[in-house]
Amino acid sequence: MTEFLQQLVNGLALGAVYALIALGYTMVYGVLRFINFAHSEVFMAGAFAGYFLARLIPTGSVVGGLLVLAGAMLICALLGVLIEKLAYRPLRGRSTLTALITAIGVSLLLQNLGQRIFGPNPRSFPVLFPLHYFHLGGVVLSSAQLILFAVTAVLLLGLRHVVMKTRIGTAMRALSFNPVAASLVGINNDRVISFTFALGSALAAAGGILYASSYPSIDPLMGTLPGLKAFVAAVLGGIGNIPGAALGGVVLGLVETLVVALGGSTYRDAVAFAVLILILLFRPNGLLGRLQTEKV
Amino acid sequence: MLEVERLSVRYGAVQALHEVSLSIEEGAIVTLIGSNGAGKSTTLRAISGLLRPAGGTIRYCGERIDRLPAHAIVGRGLSQVPEGRMVFANLSVRENLQMGAYLQRDRALVQRELERVFSLFPRLQEREQQVAGTLSGGEQQMLAIGRALMSRPKFLMMDEPSLGIAPLLVATIFEKIVEINRSHGITVLLVEQNANLALDISSHGYVLETGRVILHDRSAALRADERVRSAYLGA
Repeated sequence: MTEFLQQLVNGLALGAVYALIALGYTMVYGVLRFINFAHSEVFMAGAFAGYFLARLIPTGSVVGGLLVLAGAMLICALLGVLIEKLAYRPLRGRSTLTALITAIGVSLLLQNLGQRIFGPNPRSFPVLFPLHYFHLGGVVLSSAQLILFAVTAVLLLGLRHVVMKTRIGTAMRALSFNPVAASLVGINNDRVISFTFALGSALAAAGGILYASSYPSIDPLMGTLPGLKAFVAAVLGGIGNIPGAALGGVVLGLVETLVVALGGSTYRDAVAFAVLILILLFRPNGLLGRLQTEKV
Repeated sequence: MLEVERLSVRYGAVQALHEVSLSIEEGAIVTLIGSNGAGKSTTLRAISGLLRPAGGTIRYCGERIDRLPAHAIVGRGLSQVPEGRMVFANLSVRENLQMGAYLQRDRALVQRELERVFSLFPRLQEREQQVAGTLSGGEQQMLAIGRALMSRPKFLMMDEPSLGIAPLLVATIFEKIVEINRSHGITVLLVEQNANLALDISSHGYVLETGRVILHDRSAALRADERVRSAYLGA
């Protein structure tokens, strides 16, 4: 039982990271209807931004750690906006397949650029937050996990507020439903799309930092697998559905961790893709997604 | 107020509009009639900035607007109720109306406009918190008109407001169009398949056929025109 609870905690922690990345996939899909495969590399860039910021900002305290986190989120928000502007905006109005192929190209470009700039060897990620272990009846909780849960919860609530209550968030939802109608009410679609990339990329950066704090080795190719799994999480929740992406991330993290705990560690990375195949076979709209029906 | 001169629009190899010219005076209701595919919607889409003209100019209050993006044209005071209504079905009625006032930062002004729309369409107030996708066709049309009014336009374009609406509601919608024109002082450009209704409430009309203006006159004169009567009024 204790073992199960322990795995549950570990699975939730992994799931929270998947959720943070999956949100970026699903939001970009919502406004542009394509999968931004370069999103994995924004996650990687977030971890590297944290790595270098930790040299400038004294870490080891909660405040220092949060400052690094916020800095990396800001840097990646700008990176996301830049990627959209340079790579995707010139293709607006073309088929989404064109954008999709471009996204794969940007992803490869950033991976190779990362290897060129940072070198291909793994680096050990600094300890950003004070390290403690808490024992709760046999279950061990690390301070890194607690911070991960707290940061994720705050970011998800913040995102919910932005999307549901603010003017720009409502514009995002309007644009995702009908871009033509959005421009007819005066929404500058390009600006809302930039904002969406900034938001998604900042969340991916947070995911990168929190991931690297739990698995403290980073390299320029580190984004690939978590990125693909987060994409699966977004599909699992229902692509384009924001609560769905969060739920999909948590479910996938739990399933992956439990399969490993049951002795299937060889299949750790296969789990996500098995889930993808199952969901596409039996519930292609995802857990929370549904086919939009519109009255005409 | 709005001067369209020799406007041409192409969809790839197909030319949808051939040198269409329109002149609309402030305070008028002007209608564009014609059969399916005559270029009525294309004309409105070009004025709204959704399509780039291949030739010709569009002037609004003396300023050329044919190179402006759609959102900037709304900012100039031209608004459109698009064909098929295009309400944001995933947003509440209230959020739809708030989006209509997207460019208006002054909250008091937005609130005042909201009340004006609610007094024009009390039904919308009753359904304020409801998701727009669950409204009936007629209610969605009211919402689409209300949303367009929220930007406080001086010039309002309406594309087929009677399409797919219960006959009883069509009369109501047309009364509201007249009211918007008279009491709000908004100039209206109305595209309508139901030429009878459109010529009833408008002062001038243009008849479009395969992308060309073939006739334009006072609405009363068009009603009496033999070609219009046989082709569009079913007489």
